[in-house]
Amino acid sequence: MRVMAQLAMVMNLDKCIGCHTCSVTCKQTWTNRSGVEYVWFNNVETRPGQGYPRRWEDQDHWRGGWQLNKRGQLTPRSGGRLKRLATLFANPVQPTVKDYYEPWTYEYRNLTNAPLGDDYPVARPRSLLSDKPMKIEWSANWDDNLGGLPEKAELDPMVAATRQRASEKVRFAFEDSFMFYLPRICEHCLNPSCVAVCPSGALYKRSEDGIVLVDQDRCRGWRQCVTGCPYKKIYFNHRTGKAEKCTFCYPRTEVGLPTVCSETCVGRLRYLGVLLYDADKVAAAAATRNEQDLYEAQLGLFLDPEDPQVRAAAARDGVAHDWIEAARRSPVHALISKYRVALPLHPEYRTMPMVWYVPPLSPVVEALTETGFDGEDADNLFGAIDTLRIPLEYLAELFTAGDVQPVRSALEKLAAMRAHMRQTTFGQTPDARTAGSVGLSATELEDMYRLLALAKYDERYVIPTAAVGDAERLEESAVPEHCRLDEQGGPGMGGSGPFGDRSGRKALPLVSVEAFHGLRARHRTEQEEPE
Amino acid sequence: MQILLWGALPYAAFALLVSGLWWRYRYDRFGWTTRSSEVYETRLLNLASPVFHYGILFVLAGHLIGLFVPASWTSAVGVAERPYHLFSLVGGTLAGVLTVAGLAVLVYRRRTNRPVFRATTRNDKAMYLLLGGALCCGMYAKLAHSTPAHGYDYRATLAVWARSLFTLRPDLAAMAEVPVAYQVHAVVGMVLIAAVPFTRLVHMFSAPWWYLMRPYIVYRSRPAGQPAERPPRRGWESIDV
Repeated sequence: MRVMAQLAMVMNLDKCIGCHTCSVTCKQTWTNRSGVEYVWFNNVETRPGQGYPRRWEDQDHWRGGWQLNKRGQLTPRSGGRLKRLATLFANPVQPTVKDYYEPWTYEYRNLTNAPLGDDYPVARPRSLLSDKPMKIEWSANWDDNLGGLPEKAELDPMVAATRQRASEKVRFAFEDSFMFYLPRICEHCLNPSCVAVCPSGALYKRSEDGIVLVDQDRCRGWRQCVTGCPYKKIYFNHRTGKAEKCTFCYPRTEVGLPTVCSETCVGRLRYLGVLLYDADKVAAAAATRNEQDLYEAQLGLFLDPEDPQVRAAAARDGVAHDWIEAARRSPVHALISKYRVALPLHPEYRTMPMVWYVPPLSPVVEALTETGFDGEDADNLFGAIDTLRIPLEYLAELFTAGDVQPVRSALEKLAAMRAHMRQTTFGQTPDARTAGSVGLSATELEDMYRLLALAKYDERYVIPTAAVGDAERLEESAVPEHCRLDEQGGPGMGGSGPFGDRSGRKALPLVSVEAFHGLRARHRTEQEEPE
Repeated sequence: MQILLWGALPYAAFALLVSGLWWRYRYDRFGWTTRSSEVYETRLLNLASPVFHYGILFVLAGHLIGLFVPASWTSAVGVAERPYHLFSLVGGTLAGVLTVAGLAVLVYRRRTNRPVFRATTRNDKAMYLLLGGALCCGMYAKLAHSTPAHGYDYRATLAVWARSLFTLRPDLAAMAEVPVAYQVHAVVGMVLIAAVPFTRLVHMFSAPWWYLMRPYIVYRSRPAGQPAERPPRRGWESIDV
């Protein structure tokens, strides 16, 4: 057993109102630069819908994630090592910017500079790629709120999968039955296929917190990761020629702050916490033969921080003490392993994703209320969850590779919680059978309710800082690891290198040293170059 | 002039290549990339880019064999002059045609697709000129001096000079009688070699061979020191807030 710690996220989809605040604040923080205009590290999709980039879930086309080869071994779906190097000169299945959307701006200057006249001045859209006027035909959330349904419903790969699995008779009941929002960030997988396909070794998983990052100095722009990631959450900066991705806001989490998307979430639906897992078993779990067993296999990787043996093993393997303690209070651990109401997104990609989702019960409640029944009565709800097969089966395509049972179980727990809490709130005696029927006690239901409905900032975000982990080491040695005299501006900086004291990287002024001004101008300015 | 071209230029080019690579690695690792434009346009690129790259790899291999494997070695393993010449002519021409065709499509794509063209720097344009020039000179030199029956025996002159470079006593006399077309090709080629570190061609030196050897998943530790704090570095442009 090799214990590693991972910062993970759970999103409660019942609470997402699709306001895109997370996307906007994330964009303002990370991708408001030229070259990544089309990039949303965080985006919110309406499901059913095509998503962003369009139809990203269609892995027969995009070839993301892993698959088992004939011998049952795990290989990237886009090809093994040799094939990758042989096809390095042009990535065969890379989405183009049109698959995301062509970024544009408006000719705002027209509004102020137009001469006096009878016509209102207009700000026409202008492409940021070709600099020509363009027609806006798609964007990151073009099919928001089911825009384009039902004509476009067929284009959602998960709708197609659901229809394939479910029988013919449910074909037309689908469109008016339900809708929900799915906020997506990088999954920071335990078995990241983007890391596996990077020829340069620039992508890596941080061993302290499991965050997957791109080393910008080592990335050589081969773009394999864009294909390798089945969630299409690695983006190509078309100005710098490097891959970029969600960083899990590591500068914030390192000092104990939640990610920007979590911090600004209006519905307070995001939970952050530590999970301990057994790194030795990841590869075997990801190679589980049956796709529908992958959810259980991944659950099997997570270790119970209440187990003293696990804690001892974690300490032995170098997990900092406050990380182990944080794992015990982790809301993410509670939702995933204890209550089992959170589910992974597309476990069938075999990447072992680490951003999990509490499936939405609200569409079911709403459908029930519309038919005139009491939408929060336990018996009604249980019946409805089963009868509303399409939401269930659609959700199963998203979260459990089509296995309805775990989704039903999670929804039933949520339903039981609603019924139980209503009875409690109205001063009735809660029916003990409600809790018992989903395998939880009344106290557990109430704890779950607290976590899902009331939890305050400190309960939703339990983030140990990187500094405390370091501090322990510092305490042990009483002096810093290195002699700090050698740092820039330190007292030991009297001498100079073989080429004078301005030589070497550290002393260089922060200007581009690219030999050719064109490249520099391109990296740094918005303006078009003279042609 | 002879000394300058055949005695000094090769060493200058090689020195620029090595020092340029060292400099670029040291100061501009962030700019060291393929600067791919596939995100703008993928159809033509998917066709032309592999053709060009495989072509130029064969061309490179051909040059290495032609220049640095002495005729005595090939005849020692039983390859006579005529089969060698035919292989060199047919194989070389084939590789050259592939490369030139690939490059032509790529340049056409670069010129006609507006986002791709906007992403083309002056540096790139100069590089394309140099690369295209070297390719065309080479093809011309080869084809203008060859018939199926008999070709110009560069292994008796050019290759002798090329190998003499390693001894640090370049054999200038060997170059004197070389046809002008070959001489021009050699000079353009040397300039191209010198320019590699300063253009996007530098990506040829990041061919990821060791990807074949490494485990799939890479773990790295957070660098020691203050979390999330380090001096600003070259890279993403800063925003003045």
